Amino acid sequence: MSRGTQAVVLVFLGGAVLRASLTDLYLRYVKQGLRPFLIAAGLLLVITALVALVQELRHLNRPEDPPDGDGHGHARSGPVVGWMLLLPALALLFVVPPALGADTAARAGSALTDDRDIAYPPLPPGDPAELTLLDYGFRAVYDDGRTLQGRRLQLTGFLAPGPDGEPMLARIMLSCCAADGIPVKIGLRGDVPHETANTWVRSTGRWIPHTAKDPVNDADVPYFQVETWEKIPAPAEPYE
Amino acid sequence: MIRLNTTDSAAPTLPEPQISTVPVAEPEAPDRERMVGSTEVLCFLLILVGVLHRQIASLVTDPRLQTWLTVFVSVMVQAVPFLVFGVVLSAVIAVFVPRSFWARALPRHPALAVPVAGMAGVVLPGCECGSVPIAGSLIRRGVTPAAALAFLLAAPAINPIVLTATAIAFPRNPEMVAARGGASLLVAMLVGWLWLRVGRADWIRLPHRAHLDGLPRMTAFWTACRHDVIHAGGFLVVGAMAAATINVVVPQQFLHDLAARPVVSVLALAALAVLLSICSEADAFVAASLSQFSLTARLAFLVVGPMVDLKLVSMQAGIFGRRFAVRFAPATFALAVLVAATFGTVIW
Repeated sequence: MSRGTQAVVLVFLGGAVLRASLTDLYLRYVKQGLRPFLIAAGLLLVITALVALVQELRHLNRPEDPPDGDGHGHARSGPVVGWMLLLPALALLFVVPPALGADTAARAGSALTDDRDIAYPPLPPGDPAELTLLDYGFRAVYDDGRTLQGRRLQLTGFLAPGPDGEPMLARIMLSCCAADGIPVKIGLRGDVPHETANTWVRSTGRWIPHTAKDPVNDADVPYFQVETWEKIPAPAEPYE
Repeated sequence: MIRLNTTDSAAPTLPEPQISTVPVAEPEAPDRERMVGSTEVLCFLLILVGVLHRQIASLVTDPRLQTWLTVFVSVMVQAVPFLVFGVVLSAVIAVFVPRSFWARALPRHPALAVPVAGMAGVVLPGCECGSVPIAGSLIRRGVTPAAALAFLLAAPAINPIVLTATAIAFPRNPEMVAARGGASLLVAMLVGWLWLRVGRADWIRLPHRAHLDGLPRMTAFWTACRHDVIHAGGFLVVGAMAAATINVVVPQQFLHDLAARPVVSVLALAALAVLLSICSEADAFVAASLSQFSLTARLAFLVVGPMVDLKLVSMQAGIFGRRFAVRFAPATFALAVLVAATFGTVIW
């Protein structure tokens, strides 16, 4: 791998990282807080590549210049493994894999496994009250729905087929990157939206006192009585 | 007026003769002999991808394959800032910090240098991808390998960001933070001392890096950066692919069944830490979610993860050589499991 090739590979990697972090694409893979670091890292990669290109051009113009090595001829070449860096760069530029969705929700156990021993504050004002799936889950399962009773609620997530084939409402939680994504799953009753998996849905409805167990990890799966629902485009921040 | 304008607009083309006086870059003789160099291969590849990218994207329609690709890309995206940060720091060590500094900063006796270097890991706020090139750079600059290795193991586990994340992930078990920090530091020191007793210098083969000493400082700095990103980054990609594969193929039901057995569960979570290769800043949250496992098993997950995992072993093999990695990783794994199990039995 010559110095020029290394420079081009680094431009691709840095450019792919910059493109993903200057748009909202990076939110499919990592948390929002990483953005400034991604931009800085992308810039540094591009600068490293540009410096290498300038060195290479100077070297081509004045071959008598001492190369930056020890004169054995392999000084400017790099390891073959460097080629691998093209894979994530090209995947980010040309394939742009989607955010985690129904496949992860079907394979991984739901996050509602641990009773959080806290006092649940009253719901936010508004009719319907907007809740994250995780917040709904905790209030429904570990607080017996006390704060949910008598309110119209709005939940947003994507559809994922449950163990019985019926659609569930799900959302993936990230703590760092998609490798540690854990789904939150909510069972649906009432006007269940029968759409294809990974369709994003904003649903309005009420809490019902019914829970099931996730067969994958015995986590609790609360249910939600859907009154109305609408399809929405996938949000820029797909994770909770 | 019009005529004047046209002559004006033609003016910028006037220096044309000057351009032609610049010597045209001629390819070097040895390059010409090898007709197909890496640059040609690269051009061919990129043109191919550019032309066929729609077809390539449409190949990836299987949901499982898409999940694999998403996990792979996100492990890389997550790691790139830490990799670049570590590489820049290691280039600073290589270029701007004089060799004499390390002789003054670390105790002369290697056995004392090990704990000092281990505790110095507190100041490096990053995850494990960055610390591998830094440790390589330290060894190059004359730091005794035992101390550099203690630093390599301790830094990703005991720095303030990772310990804070652990505290947030285990709100009802604050002792987990102390257990993780203490056990990790102890393992790092034990491995360092073990290296002093049985380690052999010829196991470590640092990759050839262009000699930086004769170069102007900034040139040397950027050369070191480029070299390390290509090298460590390439191995990081291999590790990320392995981690994504494990993430997609290991059935969670299987883990659930393992959790019921105490001894097996500790080994299982230690092995899972190796296979999943989660960044040390995130692994506490994953450990917290594995709530069917005992706290001891989860401590083993947290101690082993930043020290031995697929991407780390891949990077260590790349930076220090294969002969080193096949000895270092199993020894570290065994000590980490042992120390974590002991800490866990004493505390819980």
